[in-house]
Amino acid sequence: MISTVALLLCGPAALLGTAILAAAASRHAAATRLVYGAALVISAALLVTVAGHLAGNPGEVSAITLPLGLPWTGARFRLDGLSAFFLVVVNLGGAITSLYGLGYGRHESAPHRVLPFYPAFLAGMNLVVLANDAFSFLLSWEFMSLASWALVMAHHRDEANRRAGTIYLVMASFGTMALLLAFGLLAGPAGTYAFDAMRTAHPDRFAAGAVLVLMLLGAGSKAGLVPLHAWLPLAHPAAPSHVSALMSGIMTKVAIYGFIRVVFDLLGEPAWWSGIAVLLIGGVTAVLGILHALMEKDLKRLLAYSTIENIGVIFASLGLALAFKANAMPSAAALAFTAALFHVLNHSFFKSLLFFGAGAVLSATGERDMEKLGGLIHRLPVTSFVFLVGCVSISALPPFNGFASEWLVFQAILLSPELPQWGLKVIVPAVGGMLALSAALAAACFVKAFGITFLGRARSAAVERAHEVDRWSLAAMAVLATFCLLAGILPGFVIDGLSPVTLSLIGDRMPVQMAEPWLSIVPIAESRSSYNGLLVFVFIAISASLAAFFIHRFASHALRRGIAWGCGFADAVPAAQYTAVSFAQPIRRVFGGFAFRARETVEMPAPGALEPARLKVDMHDVTWEIFYQPITGAIDFATERLNHLQFLTIRRYLTLVFLYLVILLLVLALWP
Amino acid sequence: MSGLTFDIAHLLAGSLVLISFMMLYQDRLFALINVFALHAVVLALSVAWQAYIQDAHHLYITAGIALVFKAIVIPVGLHRIIQRLGIHRDIETAVGIGPTMLAGIGLVTLSMVLMLRVTPEADPLAREDLAFALSIILLGLLVMVTRRNAVSQVVGFMSLENGLVLAATGAKGMPLVVEISVAFSILIAFIVIGVFLFRIRERFDSVDVGALDDYRGERR
Repeated sequence: MISTVALLLCGPAALLGTAILAAAASRHAAATRLVYGAALVISAALLVTVAGHLAGNPGEVSAITLPLGLPWTGARFRLDGLSAFFLVVVNLGGAITSLYGLGYGRHESAPHRVLPFYPAFLAGMNLVVLANDAFSFLLSWEFMSLASWALVMAHHRDEANRRAGTIYLVMASFGTMALLLAFGLLAGPAGTYAFDAMRTAHPDRFAAGAVLVLMLLGAGSKAGLVPLHAWLPLAHPAAPSHVSALMSGIMTKVAIYGFIRVVFDLLGEPAWWSGIAVLLIGGVTAVLGILHALMEKDLKRLLAYSTIENIGVIFASLGLALAFKANAMPSAAALAFTAALFHVLNHSFFKSLLFFGAGAVLSATGERDMEKLGGLIHRLPVTSFVFLVGCVSISALPPFNGFASEWLVFQAILLSPELPQWGLKVIVPAVGGMLALSAALAAACFVKAFGITFLGRARSAAVERAHEVDRWSLAAMAVLATFCLLAGILPGFVIDGLSPVTLSLIGDRMPVQMAEPWLSIVPIAESRSSYNGLLVFVFIAISASLAAFFIHRFASHALRRGIAWGCGFADAVPAAQYTAVSFAQPIRRVFGGFAFRARETVEMPAPGALEPARLKVDMHDVTWEIFYQPITGAIDFATERLNHLQFLTIRRYLTLVFLYLVILLLVLALWP
Repeated sequence: MSGLTFDIAHLLAGSLVLISFMMLYQDRLFALINVFALHAVVLALSVAWQAYIQDAHHLYITAGIALVFKAIVIPVGLHRIIQRLGIHRDIETAVGIGPTMLAGIGLVTLSMVLMLRVTPEADPLAREDLAFALSIILLGLLVMVTRRNAVSQVVGFMSLENGLVLAATGAKGMPLVVEISVAFSILIAFIVIGVFLFRIRERFDSVDVGALDDYRGERR
């Protein structure tokens, strides 16, 4: 009987085979259909295998050692509850993205730059989740990074994409270096690189703290934690839209998997202060991410910044789980941890959906700039409906899935008064406030995204000629929208499905939700709080239908045509509508001062002059200026100074080596 | 170990250091090569003495290799090269004799202090030998650094190798394989660098390594 993990490893192998075939035949006319079709079939097969494993015996652990990689070490792979959950996230996203790619990929101008790397990227993500020793983990991680880098560089003629690719490559190398050091510390002087050995060895407090910081740097740079997020809003939108969906919706989750695997599984018992670092970074990331998203007028960049916000929510929840776990409050820790994993799943749904929508808009109009869109609801009715579902979900409105998971996060935050340390008692509600702020700002942000893009009137001629996209893309978006609704009205199934993971990593689980009457979900006990998504859904459906019915029944049926947004003027031009920038202005006035050092200046023409007055907004990316510019400046300075070392005579080089040797010997001789 | 054997070993190793100093102030190439040949002869003597007192007969082979190749074959070859290139009248030190000698004294002091500090529990003969060997290596490097001419840099490099051989034979039980490989590496280095010199000669009409810098577009 072949073990489950061996069966699962056939998936990445098949994907890699597809990648090689795609490289050979990528210029063939049918290549697009075949590659995405193969990726769809393989991802679906992986999904079915994992689902079968979860349905059969979810707690079972299945491991295998392959004679690959380093000699005498081998490559270890393992399937447990956590990796099974993330395999579901990866392959569900992979399958639906491939379905979308069947249609969207036909518009690709350079398919030979996308097709070989797409299955390789999927294979890399699967292997990261399955890896069971540091070597195969890092190898798969780098493979995943490089494959996604190649996809970012697919349209490399564009100067902005090249810059995005360079920054991404630098940040990915930095992150991998941090991970390498973290695994080095975990392996200890004995150099045991297998995860099983790391799990039993308990590093001392200093090493554990260093590993936590390194994981925040390594996994955080891939996931997009502030201030390591700089590459993300550049690189995610630069890729083709379905790859953006994979990177934003799925790859950031693989980074979160790496963080959970090391911090919750390999590192052993956490210290109580480890929660504080993760909580604070999560809170700051959430607020800054969504503020940046609000200021953005490029639809895909807006979505990428919103990913940063959601990563912040997930990390804050994980930090909360760490704090509860360190204080031996397993039921609260299980709640926070479940909320984080649930949000991982939900974000993979709605972020993929929104990127698909942005891709549909892009392929229909050729435009990403929201200031040139508008009125698309008439041209793309199905796309705009599913995009609306995504917006409502990500804004955490009931009855969709975003609400269910964020509600669980806040339920966990409300348990913070029971924590013993005063530091946590003060910080957790503060982070809760930050998350609440970011949730509200997220709603404003997606009102803007939907309103400016789909409502109002068309702002450019291309939009007026737009047509609805192909059926494959629509099917993929419809599937995701359905998942958003289902996970929102039946969250109990998901929460119970997550219980093996929390049981193995936290040692406790949330109450059995299926046992609750009327499909309610109950975080701790019914006496404290409960939520019934189905009931809310039914109520909204009935009241909305009734309202619609009464309006249609009793309102006047006379057809009137008037000028939209007439406001007393005869015929306003489309450019006079609300724009993305003007919509965000009130929020920019409130937060822009400290978050962006924004400054507005009004240039009035001289009296009697005929040119218009202009309002100019000057904004700075503060994290870039604080964290990145000093580093690049220092590197430039040092390279400038060291440049002449390249042109020494041979004798001088020998002298340098000689002097260095003498200095080393001197140090050895004078060392006390 | 009786006092006399120790003293003789000490004397030979010390003479090697002394000859390394002699190399530092030779400003003509022929003289430098002659001193190098002397260096190799003393090395051969020292290795042979080590073979005698350690009762390790394979070290006689090493001594023979040192005598034949380093004291005879290589100096004769280098003499020929210099004659063919016509550079035997060049004065080619880059740093003055005085500072070089002072630096050499400093290096010997450094290696003594270092070696006596880090090997307090070692066999006294091996300990002294190692200190002398390190001095010879550092002085060889100093020769390479203070010369402009490629030939004298080769000589400096080979005196450095002599120091390595001295260190290897001073330690008891070092297998023969190592010495042979060291000797061959020097021979190979000599051949390679010899070929290199002729190519320099063809291209730049000089053996001064400064010519390479001219070729790279740099002027001093």
